Amino acid sequence: MSDVCCDERGFFTLEEVVRLPGCPELEDLRGRRLAVIECGHEIPCDPCQTACPTGAIAVGDDITALPRLDVTRCDGCGTCQPVCPGLAIFLVDMTRDDGLAELWLPHEFLPLPEKGDRVRLRDRGGEIVGEGEVRRVRRGARLDRTAIVHVLVPERLAMVVRAIEVPG
Amino acid sequence: MRRIDVAVVGAGPAGLCAAAEAARHGCEVALLDENAKAGGQLFKQIHKFFGSRAHHAGRRGIDIGAELLDEVAGLGVHVCLGAAVWGLYEGKTLAVAESDHSWRLAAGAIVLATGATENGLSFPGWTLPGVMGAGCAQTMINVHRVLPGRRVLMVGSGNVGLIVAYQLLQAGAEVAAVVDVLPRVGGYPVHAAKIARAGVPVLTGHTVKAVAGDGVAEEATVWAVDEHFHGVPGSEQAFRVDTVALAVGLSPMAELAWLAGCRMGYVPELGGHVPVHDGRMTTSVPGVFVAGDVSGVEEASSAMEEGRLAGGWAAAAAGKTTTERAAEAAEPHVAALDGLRSGPYGAHVRRGKQALADGAATAQVQVLGGGGV
Repeated sequence: MSDVCCDERGFFTLEEVVRLPGCPELEDLRGRRLAVIECGHEIPCDPCQTACPTGAIAVGDDITALPRLDVTRCDGCGTCQPVCPGLAIFLVDMTRDDGLAELWLPHEFLPLPEKGDRVRLRDRGGEIVGEGEVRRVRRGARLDRTAIVHVLVPERLAMVVRAIEVPG
Repeated sequence: MRRIDVAVVGAGPAGLCAAAEAARHGCEVALLDENAKAGGQLFKQIHKFFGSRAHHAGRRGIDIGAELLDEVAGLGVHVCLGAAVWGLYEGKTLAVAESDHSWRLAAGAIVLATGATENGLSFPGWTLPGVMGAGCAQTMINVHRVLPGRRVLMVGSGNVGLIVAYQLLQAGAEVAAVVDVLPRVGGYPVHAAKIARAGVPVLTGHTVKAVAGDGVAEEATVWAVDEHFHGVPGSEQAFRVDTVALAVGLSPMAELAWLAGCRMGYVPELGGHVPVHDGRMTTSVPGVFVAGDVSGVEEASSAMEEGRLAGGWAAAAAGKTTTERAAEAAEPHVAALDGLRSGPYGAHVRRGKQALADGAATAQVQVLGGGGV
């Protein structure tokens, strides 16, 4: 997409992300858990479309087209997350009422964090923007060695945080 | 002299697929590789591949490699490892060197799937220990499980640079930065995003000025470049690193094609000199086919499709199948290649392959050689 450009720095800003066809409108996220597909370049790839059990993700026959998310169909199951070779799909859960959001982050670094760990939170550019609590860490054959880390973050950081710091 | 229907040189993704496809058409196939293990780069590729289901999308290179090894074993392909092909003579005869002897192999058809080699980059200090190809660093971490260093500067933001930078992080190294002389990230931006959110700065419009150290790499100086790619004095930044990994492109390893007398074209989009070939992966020398990076540097996914095409057409050239059956078998792979090369990230490959297909007579292609065996 020519109007969304992260090519000089290698990552999207929030302003750029919300214009992607795979990103729900911020209002749509309220009270729901949805996939946020941060895929903005026309690379030949479509496993997310194939994986989605509710037909919420459409790439089309031209596999370089950007994935489009239909928020009326996405039920936040996360099936699309581990099949994305670009690790570009995040689940954002805004169903809590305690001011926290739960993020499902694809994570491929060892050692894995554990439930209850306090972790430092990074934004898309790698800046530390806060601290969160690991709620769950999922692994399994279906995830094919990509762990999914569930982390509770302040609600205002739901669309900002995209990684946790790996303890060095 | 031994005889075989189809000889495939190089057991990477292209060669494995070529061998499997030729065997499927009923050929007796020899698959030769100078390395101790088959698989080429696949067993270094611990990341998930792009594409669609037909291209193994979402699966990791290491798993695809294991599956291909099973496939060729199940089809009875003769896999000769530690076997370097050093000659290609009249009558499609290969000269093969093993550790203590050399032998000849006459083939009905030959598929060259010899891959590509990493480009270097020279700057003051480039010969210091610690400066290495990104592929070398990747081999160390993913094959031999040895860290090349603790703190790395990656030069080049193509997919190799981005992926190896990420894998160095996974292996426990620090990556100080990824620099690229071009004004934009060269590889898939989703790969860049993974390292960016891990805290690695991506400095486009920058290159390495010099590497210094007392007998080994200790410090790399990076500077910005102007629109003519000249370094901008005063923009220098120093990084304390013990490793500088160079991911500045690949060049096709086309020596055997030169030796065979294949017509060669110089196509920058494909990485340099490549054998002129058509959609059937046929070179100008009858019975000699190419597949994978030797025919133009691309991804493993497209190398596998090209291998299937070359293997099928080589079987036809060896007289083991009909043109009609080879054409029918080729169809899904032609379609798969079109898919992989679609969109802006495939534009340069489409251009390069088209230039070759257009009779290699366009301004972009400088034709050399062409004797024929």
